[in-house]
Parts: sequence; structure tokens; C-alpha cells
Amino acid sequence: MLTDHDKQEIQAELARTPSRRGALIEALRVVQRRAGWVSNADVVEVAAFLGLPVSQAEDVATFYSMIFRQEVGRHVILLCDSVSCWVNRADALLTHLRSRLGIRLGQTTADGRFTLLPAACLGACDRGPVMKVDEDLHTHLTAEKIDRILESYP
Amino acid sequence: MKIYIENRRFDLTDPSVNLLEACLSLGFDVPYFCWHPVLRSVGACRQCAVKVFKDEADTRGRIVMSCMTAPAEGMRVSVNDDEAREFRAKVIEWLMLNHPHDCPICDEGGECHLQDVTVMAGHVRRQSRFPKRTHRNQDLGPLVNHEMNRCIQCYRCVRFYADYAGGRDVGVQGCHDGVYFGRPSPGPLESEFSGNLVEVCPTGVFTDKSLKRHYTRKWDLQTAPSVCVHCGLGCNTFPGQRYGTLRRVRTRYHREVNGYFLCDRGRYGYEFVNSPRRILQALLRQGDNALAQVSAEEAIRLAKSLLSSGKCIGLGSPRATLESNFALRTLVSPSRFFHPLAVSQHLLSGSSLSLLRRFPLASLRDVSQSTAVFLLGEDVSNTAPLLALALRQAAVRAPRLAKAALLKIPAWHEAALRTAVQEEKGPFFLAATGPTRLDDLAAAPYRAAPGDLAALGFAVAHALDPAAPAVPNLPPAAAELAERIAASLKSAAAPLIVSGPSCGSEALLHAAANVAAALGKTNPQARLCLTAPECNSVGLALLPGGNLADVLRALRDGSADTLIVLESDLYRHADAALVDEIFTAAKHVIVIDSLANATTARAELVLPAATFAESSGTLVNNEGRAQRSYAVCPPKAPVQESWRWLTALTPNVSWPRWEDILAAMAVSSGDFRDVTTLGPAADFRLVGQKIPRQPHRYSGRTAMTAHIDVREPAPAADLDTPLAFSMEGSPLNPPGPLIPRYWSPRWNSDQGVHKFQIEVAGPLQGGDPGKRIIEPSSEPAGYFAPTPPASEGDGEILFTPAWHVFGSEELSVHSPGIAELAPRPYVALGPVDAGRLGVRDGAPVTVTLAGRTLALPARILEAIPPGAAALPAALADLPFFSLPARGSVSLAAPAAPEGRP
Amino acid sequence: MTPAALEKPLTGRMRADGSPVLLRAYEAAGGYQGLRKALGLSPKDIQGEIHRAKLRGRGGGGFDTGVKMGLMPPPADLPGERYVVANADEMEPGTMKDRWLMEGDPHQLIEGLLIAALAVEAQTAFLFIRGEYGEPMARLQQALGEAAAAGYVGANVLGSGRRVEVYVHPSAGRYICGEETGLLGALEGRRAVPRAKPPFPVVSGLWGRPTLIDNVETLCNLPHILARGAAWYLGLSLGPDGGTKLFGVSGRVKRPGLWELPMGTPLREILFDHAGGMADGLNFRALLPGGASTNFLLDAHLDVAMDFASVEKAGSRLGTGTMIVLDDRTCPVGMLLSMERFFARESCGWCTPCREGLPWVANTLEAIEDGRGEEGDLQVLADHVRLIKMSATFCALAPGAMEPLRGAMQYFRDDFERHVREKRCPWK
Ligand SMILES: Cc1cc2nc3c(=O)[nH]c(=O)nc-3n(C[C@H](O)[C@H](O)[C@H](O)COP(=O)(O)O)c2cc1C
Ligand code: SF4
Ligand code: FES
Repeated sequence: MLTDHDKQEIQAELARTPSRRGALIEALRVVQRRAGWVSNADVVEVAAFLGLPVSQAEDVATFYSMIFRQEVGRHVILLCDSVSCWVNRADALLTHLRSRLGIRLGQTTADGRFTLLPAACLGACDRGPVMKVDEDLHTHLTAEKIDRILESYP
Repeated sequence: MKIYIENRRFDLTDPSVNLLEACLSLGFDVPYFCWHPVLRSVGACRQCAVKVFKDEADTRGRIVMSCMTAPAEGMRVSVNDDEAREFRAKVIEWLMLNHPHDCPICDEGGECHLQDVTVMAGHVRRQSRFPKRTHRNQDLGPLVNHEMNRCIQCYRCVRFYADYAGGRDVGVQGCHDGVYFGRPSPGPLESEFSGNLVEVCPTGVFTDKSLKRHYTRKWDLQTAPSVCVHCGLGCNTFPGQRYGTLRRVRTRYHREVNGYFLCDRGRYGYEFVNSPRRILQALLRQGDNALAQVSAEEAIRLAKSLLSSGKCIGLGSPRATLESNFALRTLVSPSRFFHPLAVSQHLLSGSSLSLLRRFPLASLRDVSQSTAVFLLGEDVSNTAPLLALALRQAAVRAPRLAKAALLKIPAWHEAALRTAVQEEKGPFFLAATGPTRLDDLAAAPYRAAPGDLAALGFAVAHALDPAAPAVPNLPPAAAELAERIAASLKSAAAPLIVSGPSCGSEALLHAAANVAAALGKTNPQARLCLTAPECNSVGLALLPGGNLADVLRALRDGSADTLIVLESDLYRHADAALVDEIFTAAKHVIVIDSLANATTARAELVLPAATFAESSGTLVNNEGRAQRSYAVCPPKAPVQESWRWLTALTPNVSWPRWEDILAAMAVSSGDFRDVTTLGPAADFRLVGQKIPRQPHRYSGRTAMTAHIDVREPAPAADLDTPLAFSMEGSPLNPPGPLIPRYWSPRWNSDQGVHKFQIEVAGPLQGGDPGKRIIEPSSEPAGYFAPTPPASEGDGEILFTPAWHVFGSEELSVHSPGIAELAPRPYVALGPVDAGRLGVRDGAPVTVTLAGRTLALPARILEAIPPGAAALPAALADLPFFSLPARGSVSLAAPAAPEGRP
Repeated sequence: MTPAALEKPLTGRMRADGSPVLLRAYEAAGGYQGLRKALGLSPKDIQGEIHRAKLRGRGGGGFDTGVKMGLMPPPADLPGERYVVANADEMEPGTMKDRWLMEGDPHQLIEGLLIAALAVEAQTAFLFIRGEYGEPMARLQQALGEAAAAGYVGANVLGSGRRVEVYVHPSAGRYICGEETGLLGALEGRRAVPRAKPPFPVVSGLWGRPTLIDNVETLCNLPHILARGAAWYLGLSLGPDGGTKLFGVSGRVKRPGLWELPMGTPLREILFDHAGGMADGLNFRALLPGGASTNFLLDAHLDVAMDFASVEKAGSRLGTGTMIVLDDRTCPVGMLLSMERFFARESCGWCTPCREGLPWVANTLEAIEDGRGEEGDLQVLADHVRLIKMSATFCALAPGAMEPLRGAMQYFRDDFERHVREKRCPWK
């Protein structure tokens, strides 16, 4: 269900676009900000609120990598898998994270605490390997550092 | 403009095409996927690569997509260039990486554009050893099958379904090599044009679900040029038949009529031909009221004796051919020829014809090219679907033309035009009694009762030309709207007014006529477009006759005692009470028809009529275009064309061949003077040979009837047409009206249609089929006076008809898929009246109308104006009502709980 | 006076602690002077100054910014809304320069965007920024608030009567959103599928209206060009193109980082003086000079001047000027695999060579790297490199993806062959 707050935010977005479609992606992000992810029902509701066909909303909601279409954990780990970090041995860190969390890329830990996702270059290539946990960027990663970082996300 | 292809010089007569179109028109086989003659160029598939060299001095050249390239003076093009060929081969290899290679079990096999291009582009060996991606398929309802693993991502489906046809439930999901084409969730496709996906998709992702139930390969289908019988537009079709049943219908290109598309009613309605309700024998009513089979000879003898009183009335048919109606009229004499229509429908039919004779009429192509539209009262998506598709194109046309000129974008450059124009629409004014599926095209659809819609139309005419009568007491909002519509139509280069009889209002037709007349005074490009209810409604109107009330009068006053009904179910055309009275008054009733219905149930003698699939004949569409439809297969005796039954009953007439009756028609009336020249004569031959209805790869002929007799029977003779019921005949392309299917070497799919056109999307070689037989008079048209809306009946609510593309047409509902999609009876109310009556959506209500009461579920529709209600028109499960009419709606008394004594 | 070659107009104001330069400090250091200057000039004159400065786009394409502005039809010819967009969707692997500019000196970008808007008479500007760039986005929002309060942004820019609204629009994530026409699709609420060119966005862009799209770094140059003049700006450079350039080095070097240096600074200087050369125990093998979509340069190329023309002569492209270094202990096949996986995943799915070709390339590289390589694999890779090029695809993503592979196939052929021959990765 879209909350009143969601609707207000979407309305604000509508005010600055000449077509209702222009607010579509932002509207999906509004839902995700609140709920953590965007369900099928959310897509239907957003489309209805904007007066757009559901297919238009679905087409967009499945295109973008930052719109999550499955439920995610309390914290989302985005581990950079692009080339600069790779040269800095980020793949070893992925192996570490996977075994530490007991999940594969794209999965969520059983306790719902972490979701592990790959990310394209996070623009901190000189400080690699890097990852984002929620909104925080963590650089110069090592296995030990990762362990410490994870502790700070309950 | 001169260009060189493979160093040969060509002069392009039309430099506004793209290089791909130019190459195809000149006979060069450039493969393509995403380009489509109507959907045009977006440059996605990269299959149409060719090499271009700036001039003679340029030896390196560069690879371009021919569909995205405008020809330039002196440009040198090579299709066969090594690099271009290698690239094209790689493109098809890429496209086949994930394809399941399941041709043997794919419905598209043998007419697959992907197969054709794979061969054409020369990809023969799979190099990739990596796993293929797979998708889940969706259940898309009863008409279209979905098999996403075969997808080659050409994006044509979405571009047709959503971008071109305005469908809202198909899109493209996902990203990179995971893109997926389908609905957000499984469920029946919503668009009435969904079946075109089957043809638009170049491979087997979207296939015909009705065909699947009785599958046959294209090369095993016997096909013929035919005309759709499911509405009045006369779309051209290719029905395909095998083993005595009709298997499917595909689009037959007609530039002026349906272009490259069909609606789902036209594509899927064909299964009535195979219906268990088919009448296959002559039947005679026995004393115990049961029908017993009689031989054809016996039937003819009996019929003659029933007719011997000499007081016989013939009831013609809006869905029978011109030939059959003419034969009936000849049998009973013109003064005893009647139309099977209620008074009001008969009036509308006559009015429509008189307008067709007065104004320049729009073909569907004209419709799509008009630059301002006033759609007055007709729910075309449901009564004439392809007209809705054409109107949708008109709505986007004006801004496109403007942007193309302003930004110098060529007309074929769909990708750029779509971006430049965005959602902008041209002037499109829509006035209707309820919601329509074109509402999204109009800025603010105007909703009112038919009489008020007419008033708006009259006011528009008056605003266009003060000489046109004004409308007294018009509400200010309507008056202001009328001014706006008039201003817009007046300034448009090609304005169009669209209306029709389906609202049941003659005033509406008169209003449309006034608009057309007012526009025509200053703009010769102005066009009128009227729908017609059935496939030969206009043809019937050309043979004048009285209505059903007149029939009853004649039976009652003794001037008639016997009735012969041609291919119509009178209960669908008039109030059951009137029809019952007619049957009671008639001493004898003979019915000729193809399916058992309420009228055949009242007949004393029933004669089995051939359907369109088994008969050749002429139909006149809504714009007065007479077109020939050719039998796909011979009728199985005793079934035969209605006109042959009727001729057999007519003394002193002998028309053994189709041409004989056509010749008689041609001399009978000025309107019919061209009916003998609508297609090549029966003795037309291509290099001495007939044109085969069966493809040259038709298989199993010697085995098809081997379980009956191992000797192969001789193919049935066809004395009526230049077509043959066999695979023997000329391999050459026949002239337009006789093309039985599209096939050409290397082009097994329907994409080969361009091999039959003079140029891509141009006229057919050897002439387009059919001919307009109604031409507008040259006299200036006068004006009708506005008529105040008639208020018939008692009650506070005005009922108007709601037409349904699936359900409102008599024959197509016998197709299981269409029956599944047809609505159940309901009554629709606007929110105001629903609120007043305390009716919730889906609640049971009681409708009192024309002396009947009906218990129906209510639907609440935003777009129904206060004081109005809509009843689905012509549904098999609802009785006939002559609408609009007044009546009332009340909340049904709560049903007594079940189980109580 | 400092020698021009050492001036750092784009980054000179930035604070050592990495906190953003806020309005007061920005103004104190000469901020918004370029805007004030521009407000006194006609759009033609603003464009003229930029044109003379020979500013070339820093987003990877290197198109002349002044020329691009001049291609936008004047309002007299094409009346109605027009837009400018700052392309801050930085996702090219190895690129990190725009983040630095936005985090360190957000007002500079806002000022640049305002000047661009004035130059093409646009009243609406968008800052299209990567969704993952939370910190830069927050700082831009903060700066925008300050700028609006101070009257730089909004209905009446510094009382001039000119209106420029600026909106920050976060991307929902996809590399293709950085392609300028894909970006437009994203702004319109569509899938970010690139659009056919021509017509170019300056003619038919956002909502079908004329739209100027420029990279963050490109825009950050505008305040300085306006404030200090084209001649000064040209003088900053060692080569034919104007200005300084942000150069970056990532990979296993001693001091990975970013530096603002004169356009045309020799590659060797950047790699060895600024980045300190290779990390201990490693040798230099090759580098990609400007992000993942550029071809490798080798030892032999280290004296190349880092400007558009010189790098092109050396067989690669300046790209984003942020280089990725390959050392001798890192498997080149693995490095290519990482990049091609990225490109395959980020293909928008519109055109065939990219959508189907890149996954095939990635699968083939993966097989080689995993010791499953087969004889024909190198031919498969070579075919893709040869056939996927500009005009064969719809946009530059897939041709860009083939750039590093082209060099790798040429320079590291032995490594590839050894993988296939030994059925394993020799580095593992
Ligand atoms: C796949 C692809 C991704 C791109 N990503 C970016 C980007 O993230 N940022 C950017 O400024 N330019 C990017 N570009 C280049 C833009 O298309 C465009 O050329 C640039 O924004 C123009 O600005 P400039 O002239 O200032 O360089 C990309 C191009 C391609 C083909
Ligand atoms: S090259 Fe083609 S598929 Fe790839 S990103 Fe560009 S348009 Fe999309
Ligand atoms: S037909 Fe030209 S790119 Fe698809």
C-alpha cells in the first residue's frame, strides 16, 4: 500500500515533470526507500497512482539494478566487482564474504540481516577493494576489515 | 535520385524511403527483423547491414544498417560485400545462441522468418558451446500462445502491441540478455489486436492458439483470397483449410483497407465454419416437430411446392453475399424482397447508404492519414476494430508530420520520431455514450446520450458553416466544445468525421452528414467514414426492400403467405415478439443458412448454405468497396452457396457459373455495373495455367483419403474462378485479387508479401483487389435539420447499446476462444445513478425495458453519463432490444436464502 | 605568478580533509564569478568564450563543448522548453573523478551547470547522478540549497530576470544511463535504452526538446573559462586542447589516486611521479588510459602525452583519463573477464551484437580462465573484436567493450594461448 507520505513524495516529483511517466522511476524509489524493496503489488499500485499501464511500470522496475524486486535483508552489501577492485583481489573478498555469511550473490542471510549483491564500479577505484553497506562506503577492504565492518551492522 | 547497388544504377522514384525498403523494392533480398513496413525502423536487430560507399572513390566503405540509412545521390551500396555478409551471418549466429532449435515442434516452422533469414544469412554451424538461457512462458489467454525461449529480441511485439496498437498489457522486462517480452503477469491479452503478434513476431514466440488445436503447416494448407465476414470493414484474409476443416485465418494485405493487420474477431472468428451447429443436410420439419434429413432433390421439390402459391416474401441478409441476395430478389421479385431489420435499424441502414452516396468516403488508409478527427458516437474498437487501429495512427500523425518537417527526420525513422513527438497527439475529438478504448487519444472525451451527441455534431457543422442549421438551447459547455472542434477541423489539411449506426440514432448520422457537408464546402480533402454493422450491410442496402414490420403487414393482409429467409437469424434483428408474430402469420417458412439458430428452429424447410469458406462471392464494405471472396474449399454436397439453392428454385433462370449471376447482376442495376470486373475472369490463366490454392509443397495428397479409397481422387473442379483446388498450376505470382498466399523463393513467411507489391507497402502487382462501387455525387450536399432526441418508452433511464468486439457478432462467438472472451450479460451504470440507486459494482439489479424485466449484474463505469445506462448489444444471452430506449433500473430484491422451503 | 602548468582551477579550492567547500568558502575563493560574468554576456558570447577555450568533453567522447552548444538551434528556430543535464552517472570501471569533484567542490558543478544553461538559454537543469553516490548527492543537495538561498539558482538568477531551476535526479542504476541518450530515457521514466542519433539531443532530447548534456568535469571547467578567459584556459594545457584534466591511477601502484594536471601531461609522469610507480615487487605490464572502454597502452607508449589526439595516435583513447594498471602478477585474461562480464551485464539489451555478443565473449573468457578453453575460442574472441564496432552496434557500449579485448588479444596473446594449452590459469 502506498502511504500518504509516499503519495506526497510522488506528487512532488510529478510537479517537476511534464509527463506523469517522468515520475515513474522516482515513485518506485520512494516505495523502496520505505519498504526496502518493490513488490509486484507495489508496481501495480504505483502504476495506478500515476495512471500508467502496469506493463510500463513493470518494464522499468525490472530494468534498473537498484530497484530491488525481491525482499532484501536489513542491510544490503554492494561489493564492487569491477576491474580496478578485481585487480586488487576483490574476488578473494567475495569468497570470504560468501563463506562468512553463508550465502551466494543475490541471497539474503537466513536471519534476514544481510543481502549480498555485486555492484558495478563504485567510483573509489584508488581505494579498492570497496563495498557499500547501506549508504556507507568502505574502502581498502581486507578480510579482517570486512569482519569488523559486518559487526557494526546489527 | 540515382543510387548504385552492386554497381548497377537505379533511379529511385521515391527517395523518401530508407535503403532497406529501396533494396527490397528493387528485388535485393536484404534480411531484417526489427524493421516492419508499418512499424518502420528502429535499428535494434542489426540484421539488415549493408556496405555503403560514399562515391566511386571510396573503396573502404562502411557498414550501415540499411533500415536506418537514407539513400543519397550517387551512393554506392553493396549487399554482397564480404564484410557485410560476414556481419549478417554473425548477427544471425548471435540471435540463435539462445534459440532452442526446436523447429520440428514449432508452430512457426515452414513459415518462419527466422528460418528464412538464417538460411539467407548463411549461418549453418553453431560454434557456441555455452548453456542457453531459458524463460518461463505465460498463459496469454485463448488466442495467442507464448514460447519465450524462441525469442530473438527484435522488439517487434511491444512495438506493435503497445506503441502501434495502444495495448497496455505487453511490454519488455529485464535487461541485457535477459530481456523478456510479455505481460506483467500471466493472463488473457487485453488488446483486440493481439493476434497480430502471431504475424508480427518473426519466429515462434507468439503463435496462433486456435491453430494449435488442429495444427497444420503452412505448406499443407489450402488457402484462398477471402474477405472477413465479422464486421463491415471488409478486411482481406487468407483462410487456410485441410481435411475438411478450417484451420486458421491470416492477414491478406490490402493497402486501402486493412493494410498488414486484422483484429482478433476477424482472425479467430473462423471456427464457426467447423461448428457442430453447422447445417450439413437439407432438413424438413416432421409432424412431431423434429427435423429430418431430406435429399437435395427432394428439398428443391418441396421448396418449389411451398413457393407455388406465388405469395412468397424473401428476406435478404446483411451477412450473405451480394449474389445470394440478388438471387433471392430475383426469385421473389423485387417488390417482395425485404430486409431482415427492425424499423429503426432499417431506417439507419437506408440513411447510411444515402450518406455514402453523397460524400467522399475515407478508406482505412485515408483514415490513418487524416490530420484531425471527430469521432461522433461510434465505439469503433468494438464495432469496427481495424478502424480504431487506423484512427490511432491518425491521432499521432499530425505532431509527427510537424516534427519530421521541423527536425528534418525522415518519415521511416520511427525511433527518432517517437522520441521527438513523445506522447503528443494530433487533434482528436471523441464523443461517445460511454467509455471507449480510444479515450486515451482524446484530450477530453465528451460523454452524452445519442441525441445530445447529435446536437454536438449539428453545432459543429453550424460553427463550420453558418448556413448549416444551428442548435437551439445547446448547453454552454457543448457549444464551446463545438467551436473548438470546428476550428480544429477547419484548419486541418485532411479532416475526418467518423460515425455510424451502432448508437441507434439517425440524428447522429445526420449530424455527421452536416459536418461532412460543411467541411466539404471548403476542403475537398475532408472525408466521412461510417461503419456498417455486418459484412454486407451496404450490399443489402443497395437492393432496396422493406423492413420486418412491413413483412408482418404483408403476411397479415394476405398479400403474402410464405417466407424464405436467407442467412439471418431474425431474432437478432428485431424484438422477439415481432419475429414470433411473423412466424405465426407465415404459412410456410424456408430458411437457408449455415448454422442452426432460433430462426432455423422456426423453419419448415432448412437448406444448408455454404459459409464464406466454401463459397465465392461479393461483399460490399462500409465504404462501398465491392470485394471478391474466393472459396477456400469446395462445399460438400448438399451444402452449396445460397444463391445456387435460390437459382434452383427460380423458374426460367440458369446461372450455372458464378460469372453468369455476376453478368445478370451487372445489367440489373447501375450500382452493380462493375461486379464482373472486380477480379480476373474465370478463364484467366497465368501462362495457360490456373492458380493453385495448394502450395507446391503440399504433402500427403495421395494418402489423405487412403483410408476410404487408395485411389487418389481427382481434385474438385472450380468452374467459377481462375483458382484451382489443387497444387497443380502456375508458379508465378498471380495478380492482386487472386493471390492465395504469400510465398516466394527464400521467403516462406508472410514477410514475402513485398514480393507481391509494386514496392514495399505499395499497391499489389496486377492491381489491388476490389473496387469502390459507390461514388459520391458531385452535387453539393444540403443540410439536415437537427431533430430533438426522441424519447421512447417510459422510465427515467436511457439505455444505449454497448457493443463488444467479442460477443456482439453472430458468427464469431461460435469460436471457442472468442466465446471465452465474450462478456456475460450485465447492465452498466454511471457512478451518479449507481449512487442514487444504491447499487454497488457487481450487485444484482432489475432492468425494466420494453415491457421486459431482466435480472442482471451491474457494472459501474465512470464514463456513463447521469441518466444513462448501457446494455451489451447483440449478446447471444440477451434478447434483442431496439436501443436507445427508456426504461428503469432498480436494486434487485435480495434473493431468498437458499435451502428455505 | 604561478606558472600556468601548475594551476589547479578545478581542485585547487578543495580541502585537505575531504569535506566540501561550502558557499562562503567557495565565494571567497572566487566562486560564482564566472556565473556573474556570464549573466552579463549574450548566449552567443558565452558560447564563443567556451569555443575559444577548446574545451573538449571529459565524459569519454571528447567532443568539443563549444561546438556542441552551437549545434543547439536557437529559441527563435525551436521555441519552447530546453534543458541542460549534468551527466554524473559515473560508472565506467576505473573512473572516480566526478565523485571527487562533486564531493569536494559541489558549488563548482552547480555554477558550471548554470553557465551552461545560460549559454543555451535553458531554464531547467538536471543533475543526473549515480544512485550509489550517496555522499556526493547529499553534498550537492546541500550546496544547491545554499545556492538557491543566495539567489544563484531559481526564478531570478542574481536578479538578472533569468530563470534556471536545478534538480538533482538520482539514477536507478545501470551503466547505460551514462550514455547520454540512455540517460534521457531514464529521466523520462523509461528504460534507459539509447536513442538513434541523429537527431542529436541538442536538437531532440529530453521530452523531445533541445537538450545539452555534459559530463561533470566538463561543466566544472566552465566557471573558470568564464571568469578568467579562454586565453588563460588554453594556456593551462600542454597540448592543443584547453585546460587541465583530472587524471587517475588505480591498480597495484604505490600511490593510487587522482590529480589535476595540465592536459597533455606525459603518461610516464602520471604513472611514476604522481602514482609512485608500481607497488613493491610488481612490474608494469600495461594500462588502460581512460577507463575500461579504452585499449591497452604498453611500456612503449609511456611517453605519450595524455591528450585526445596523442593517445589516439598511440592506438587507444584518452577516455576519462583515469587509468587502470595491469601488473605482471595479475592474469590479463582474468582482468578481461572482469570487464567483459561487466559490459555484458550492463548491456541494455536493445541491439543484437551487444546483447548476445558480449555474454558470448564473457563466457568464452570464463572458460579460458577456468581451464576449459578450446581451440576455437581465440577465434571467437577475434571475430567479436573485428565485427563489433561503431555503426555495427546501436551505441558505443559494445564497441567500447571490445577496445581492451582488442589490445589484450594482440599484446597478451601468449597468455591466452597458454591458458588454453595448459587448461588452467597460470596465475592461479
Ligand atoms: C555506455 C556509455 C556510458 C557512458 N557513461 C558516461 C558517464 O557515466 N558519464 C559521462 O559523463 N559520460 C558517459 N558517457 C558519455 C556520454 O554519452 C556523453 O558523451 C557525455 O556525457 C557527453 O559529455 P561531455 O561532452 O561533456 O563529455 C557514456 C557513454 C557510453 C557509450
Ligand atoms: S550497444 Fe546496443 S545493446 Fe549495447 S548498450 Fe548500446 S544499444 Fe544497448
Ligand atoms: S531491420 Fe535494420 S536493424 Fe533491424
